[in-house]
Amino acid sequence: MTDSLLSMILLAPIVAVVLLLFIPPTAKKSIKLIAAMATGISLLMTIYVYINYDNNLGGMQFMQSIPWISDLGVAYTVGVDGISLPMLFLTNIIGFAAVFSSWNINERPKEFFILLLILLTGVMGTFIAGDLFIFLLCYELVVIPIYIMVIIWGSTKRVSKEYAGMKLTIYLLIGSAFMLVGIVALYLQAFPAGMRTFSIAALSQAHLLGTLSQSFQIIVFLLLLIGFGTLLSMFPFHTWSPDGYAGAPTAVSMIHAGVLKKIGGYGLIRLGLLVLPAGAKFWAPIIIVLALGNVIYAAYVAIVQKDLKYVIGYSSVSHMGYVLLGFAALNTISLTGAIANMVAHGIMSALFFAMIGYVYEKTHKRSIDKLRGLAHQMPRIAVGFMLAGMSSVGLPGLIGFMPEYTIFLGLFKVYPFLAIIAVSGIVFTAIYILRVLQKILFGPRNYGFDAIPDAKGPEMVPLFVLGSVLILFGIFPQLLLGMINGTIAPLQSFLQALNNEPSLLVVWGGIW
Amino acid sequence: MELFALNHAWLIPLVPAAAFIIIGLFFKEFHQLSAGIAVLAGTFSFIMSAAVVMAVLDAGISVEMPFIQKIQWIKIAGMHFSMGVMIDPLSAMMLVVVSLVALLVEIYSIGYMKGDKGYGRFFAYISLFSASMLGLNIAVNFLQMYVFWELVGLCSYLLIGFYYYRISAREAAKKAFITTRIGDFGLLIGILSLQMVFGTVDFMELRHILPVYIAANGTGLLTIIGILLFIGPIGKSGQFPLHVWLPDAMEGPAPVSALIHAATMVVAGVYLVARSYFLFAQLPELLHLIAWLGAFTAFFAASIAITQREIKRILAYSTISQLGYMMMALGVGSLTASMFHLLTHAFFKSLLFLGAGAVMHAINEEADIFKMGGLRKKMPLVFVTMTIGVLAISGLPPFAGFFSKDEILAAAAAVSMPLYIIGTITAFMTAFYMARLLFVVFWGKEQHGHVHKTSYFMQIPLAVLSILAAFAGAAGYVGGFGDWVRFGEAMPEHMNIGLAGISTALSVAAIALAWHIYVSKKYLSDIIAQKMGFIYTVSFNKYYIDEFYAILCRIFIDGIGKIMYFIDLYIIDGIVNTMAALTVYCSRIFSKLQTGQIQTYVAIFFCGVIILLVYTIVFFTKINELAAGGGF
Amino acid sequence: MHVGLTQVLILSALLFCIGLYGILVKRNLFAILMCIEIMLNAVNINFAAFNYFLPMPDLSGQVMMIFSITVAAAEVAVGLAIIFKIYHDFKTVNIDKINNMKG
Repeated sequence: MTDSLLSMILLAPIVAVVLLLFIPPTAKKSIKLIAAMATGISLLMTIYVYINYDNNLGGMQFMQSIPWISDLGVAYTVGVDGISLPMLFLTNIIGFAAVFSSWNINERPKEFFILLLILLTGVMGTFIAGDLFIFLLCYELVVIPIYIMVIIWGSTKRVSKEYAGMKLTIYLLIGSAFMLVGIVALYLQAFPAGMRTFSIAALSQAHLLGTLSQSFQIIVFLLLLIGFGTLLSMFPFHTWSPDGYAGAPTAVSMIHAGVLKKIGGYGLIRLGLLVLPAGAKFWAPIIIVLALGNVIYAAYVAIVQKDLKYVIGYSSVSHMGYVLLGFAALNTISLTGAIANMVAHGIMSALFFAMIGYVYEKTHKRSIDKLRGLAHQMPRIAVGFMLAGMSSVGLPGLIGFMPEYTIFLGLFKVYPFLAIIAVSGIVFTAIYILRVLQKILFGPRNYGFDAIPDAKGPEMVPLFVLGSVLILFGIFPQLLLGMINGTIAPLQSFLQALNNEPSLLVVWGGIW
Repeated sequence: MELFALNHAWLIPLVPAAAFIIIGLFFKEFHQLSAGIAVLAGTFSFIMSAAVVMAVLDAGISVEMPFIQKIQWIKIAGMHFSMGVMIDPLSAMMLVVVSLVALLVEIYSIGYMKGDKGYGRFFAYISLFSASMLGLNIAVNFLQMYVFWELVGLCSYLLIGFYYYRISAREAAKKAFITTRIGDFGLLIGILSLQMVFGTVDFMELRHILPVYIAANGTGLLTIIGILLFIGPIGKSGQFPLHVWLPDAMEGPAPVSALIHAATMVVAGVYLVARSYFLFAQLPELLHLIAWLGAFTAFFAASIAITQREIKRILAYSTISQLGYMMMALGVGSLTASMFHLLTHAFFKSLLFLGAGAVMHAINEEADIFKMGGLRKKMPLVFVTMTIGVLAISGLPPFAGFFSKDEILAAAAAVSMPLYIIGTITAFMTAFYMARLLFVVFWGKEQHGHVHKTSYFMQIPLAVLSILAAFAGAAGYVGGFGDWVRFGEAMPEHMNIGLAGISTALSVAAIALAWHIYVSKKYLSDIIAQKMGFIYTVSFNKYYIDEFYAILCRIFIDGIGKIMYFIDLYIIDGIVNTMAALTVYCSRIFSKLQTGQIQTYVAIFFCGVIILLVYTIVFFTKINELAAGGGF
Repeated sequence: MHVGLTQVLILSALLFCIGLYGILVKRNLFAILMCIEIMLNAVNINFAAFNYFLPMPDLSGQVMMIFSITVAAAEVAVGLAIIFKIYHDFKTVNIDKINNMKG
C-alpha cells in the first residue's frame, strides 16, 4: 500500500483524464467536479504522505522501483525525501486551488481541464522521480500543455498571448536543450558502459568514484545551470516570466509561478549540487551575483509596473533570487531556507495570481491605475491580496518570513556584505507590494464596481486553502523547515568537504 | 497565586489574539458583540498583567533574575529559536502599561467608533495589536521581539489606513510601513549579525556571553552591531531622520493614535534599547550617539510642534519630542529615567490624544485648533482632563511629567551640560506649545454652536487616565520605581532641587507666555509669525523634510526603477527579440530557395546527382589506383 | 555495325537525356509525365542490356524490367489522376502557374 502510494498520487489525475475523455463537452459541471476530485484525492494522499514521512529518518521514503528499459538502465522509480515532499505538497495544493480558480472557465472546459491535469501529472512526476529519465520525460510533458493553454485561454495585454506563449515555450525548450546535453554527458561519463544507469541515487554517488573529473563537473554544471536557471528565471534569463504570466490564464500562472519555476531550484539542488558538487562550488560566486541581480533589479522593475500581473511576475523573479542565494551559499541553513522559500513563494504567488484572476474576470481590468477601492465591493478578495502581499513582504506569522530569515542567516555566514545587499530587498519588496495593495484595494469607492459580486462558493476555495497554509506554516514553521532539515542536515559533512574545492573566485584570484 | 500568574503569563498576549480571530472570523458584523469580546480580552490581559506585577513584587523577581518560560519554536541544524515569556520588572511594567492603556482605549472606542461601518474590524485590529504588543514585551530573544515588532507594524499599517476610503489615510499607512521597514532592515541585519557572532539571540544567553566576548575581542564589531540594532528603534520610535511617518499616522482614528502612536508601539523602540541595555551599556560611543540623536529629535520635533495647526499633528510632534527625551535618557545611561518617562508619557499622552479625539468628535472632526475655540464651558470634563494632561507634559509639580522629566534632565546634567541645556530648552518649548493648544482650543471665541455630547464610554477612560497622569509620577517617585526598574545598581532617588526649580520656573514662564500671546492678545501670534517670517515658514513646513524625501524617492526609486525597466524591455528583452527576429529573417532568406517551381527542384536535384556521381567516380578511381599501387 | 553494350548504353543515355531535357523545359504537365516515362524506359533498356551482356545471362534483369514497367504503369495512372485533379482545381496544366508552395 505505502509502496504504491506515490504512484497512486501520480495516477489520480491520469485516471481523471481518461474519464474526462468520455464525458460530453457540454457537461461542464461534471468536468469540473471530476478535475476537482482528482486533484483533491491527490492532495489528500499527499497530506497523508506528508504526515507519515519520518523526519528523523530522513532520506528517500515511500520508494517504489520497477525496471523499465534495463539495457539503458532506466527504471520507473519514485520516492520522496525532505526536498521533494514539500514540492509535491506544493504542487498538489496549488493544483487543487487552480482547478477551483478556473471554475468560471466556460470556453472549451473539457480540453482545459484535461491539459491542466496532464500538466499537474508532469510536474508531480518531476518532483518524485528517482530516475533521471523519468524526470526528463515528465519535464517535457509539462511544456506542451502550457503552450496550448496560453495561446487558447490566455489574455492579450501589453504583449499578445501568442507572443507570450511562444516566448515561454521557446525559453523553456532552449533551457531544457542545455539541460539535456548536460544530462546525457553525465549519463555517459558517470559509469562505464554496461553499468550505466539513470538512477539519481546512483548518479549522486558517482563523484565519489572519481569518474566525474572536476573540469567535467564544472562544464556540465554550467549546462544545468543554464537550463534550470532559465526555468528559475535567473537574471538575465528572466524576461519570459513576466510576459508569460501576463499572457497565461489564471490556472497556468498559478501553477507556473507556484510550482513549475521550482523545478529549476529543485533540479539545481537535486542534480546540480548533489550530483556535481565541485561544479556547484565553482559557479557559486557567479550565481550569487546573478541572484542579487534578481533580488534588487527585479524589485526595482516591479516598482514601476502598471499591470498587476507584471508586478507579481517581477516579484516572483525577485523572490527566486532569494532561492538562488540560499542555494549558492552552500550550507545546510541556507539550503533549508532555499527549499522552504520555494514552498513559501509558491503558495503566496499562487494566491496572488488567483486573486488577480478573480479581479480580472470580474472587472476586466488589470491596470493598477484603473483599479481602486476594491475593498469596498470585494472584501474577501482584499483579504486574499493582503495575505499574499504581507507574506511576500516577509511578515512574521505568515509563511514568507522564516525561509527568508534562514536564507539570510546562511548567506551571512559566507558572504556577510552581499547578505546586507540581499536583506535590503525586504525594503524594496515592501515598496512595490504596498504600492499595489494600497492602490487597488483602498481609496474612494469605485461606483462602477458596485454590481460586481465578491468571491463566493467555489471561488473561495483557493483563498481558503492557500490562505490557511500561509498562516499554518507561518505560525508553525517547524512543520516545513523540520522536514526539509531532516534531509539537508545529514549533508553537513558533504557540504563541508566542498570547502576544499576551488570556486570561480579562487581561479580568478589565481589569474590576477 | 503568584506562581499561577507567572506560569500563565503566556495567556496575556494569547487571549487578545484569540479575540482577534473570533471577531475577525465570526462576529465582524455584530458591533456590540465584537466590542464586548475585545474589551473582555483586554480586561483579562490587564488583570493578568496586574497579577504578574504583584507576583514580581512578591516573588522578588529582579532584573538580574527574571522569570523565564520558553518553548522551542524552530529547530534546524545550526539554528534554533524559542518563543516564550520573560518576566522581569521591566517587562512587567510594560505589560501593565500596555494592557491598561489598551483596555481604556477599547472602552473609549465603544463610544468613539459608534456608527462606523468598520466597528467590528476596528476591535479585531485593536485586539491583534494588543496581542502583538504584549508579545513583544515578554520576548525572550531578539527574534521573538522582531516577530512581534513586525506584527505591531502591520497593525499600525492596518489601523492608520482604517479609513481606507480616504486617499490620505492609505498613503499615510504606506508611508508608515515603508519608513519603519527601513528601520527594520537595520534591525534585521543587527539580529543576523548577533546570531552570526554569538550563535544565539537569546537575551539571557547574550547577557552572559557578552562580557566574556568583550574581554576577548573588544567592542569594535559590537559597536557596528549596536548601530544596526539601533536603526530599528530609529524607525519605530520616530527618531530623526525616520520620524516622518508618525505625524502622518494621525490619519487613523484618535483612539489608535492614543494607543499605538503615543503610548505603546512607538515606545517599542525605546523598550528594545532598554531590553538590550546590557549590550548598549557596553558601548559608550554608541550611547553618546543615542543621547545626541535623542536630544536633537526632542528639540527638532518641539520646534515643529510650535507652529502646527492640526491638533493631532501637534500631539504627534510632541510624541516624537518626548520619545527623543526617552532616548536621550537611555543615552546618558539612565534606564530608570527613560522607563519612568515612558510610563508617565503613556498616561498623559494617551489622555491628550483621547481628549483631542473627544474634542474633534464633538465638532464634526474639525482638526484645525484655530477653528475650535471656547470649548471650555461646553466640554467641562474634557477640558479638565486635558488641562491635567497639559500640565503633566509641561512638567509642573505635582503632575506625572514633572518627576520623570526631571529625572531625565538630572541624568543628562550629570553627563553633559549641552545635553541638559537642549533638554531644558525643549521642556520650555513643550510647555509653550501644549499651553498654546490648550488655550486656543478651550479659550477664545466660541466657534461652534452645537457640540455633540461626549458619551460616558469616552468620559470614563479620560477620567481614569487623568488620575494616572496626575499621580503616577509621584507614586512612582515615592514607591521606589528606581529600585525596581533599573540597570545595574539602583540609583539613589534624590531630587535635584535646583534643576527641578529651573525647569518648573521655565515651564510656568512658557505657559504664561502662551497665555499672553493666545488669550490676552488675540492677534499677537500672527504678528510674531510675520516677524519671524523665514523661521516660521520653515518650521511650519517641517523643515521640508517630506519634500526632500519625496525628491529622493522620485530619483532613487522611481527613476532607477524606470531605467531598470528600460533595460529590461529594450536591452535584455531587446537581445532576445533580436535573436528571434534574426532567426525569422534567416528563414525568410532560405525560404526563397523554395520557388514552388518543380522544374527548379529537378534541376537542382540533378546537379546534386551529378556532383555525387563525379565525386564517387573520382574517389573510387583513387581507391583503385591505391589498391593497384599497393598503397594500402 | 556491331551492336555492343556501349552502343546500347549510349542509346539509353540519349533517351534519358531527352527525358530530362523534357522535364526541365516543358511547361505542360502531360508532357512532363511523358518525359518521365521516357527516362524510365531508358532505365529499362539498361536493365535488359546488362542482362543480355552478362557472361552467364539469367533473367534477373528482365524480371526487374517487367517489374519496373508495371510500376511505371501504376505511376502513370496515379500521375494522370493527380494531373486531372490539378486541372480541376487550377484550370490549367501549366506548371509555371502551379507554384503555390513558393516560400
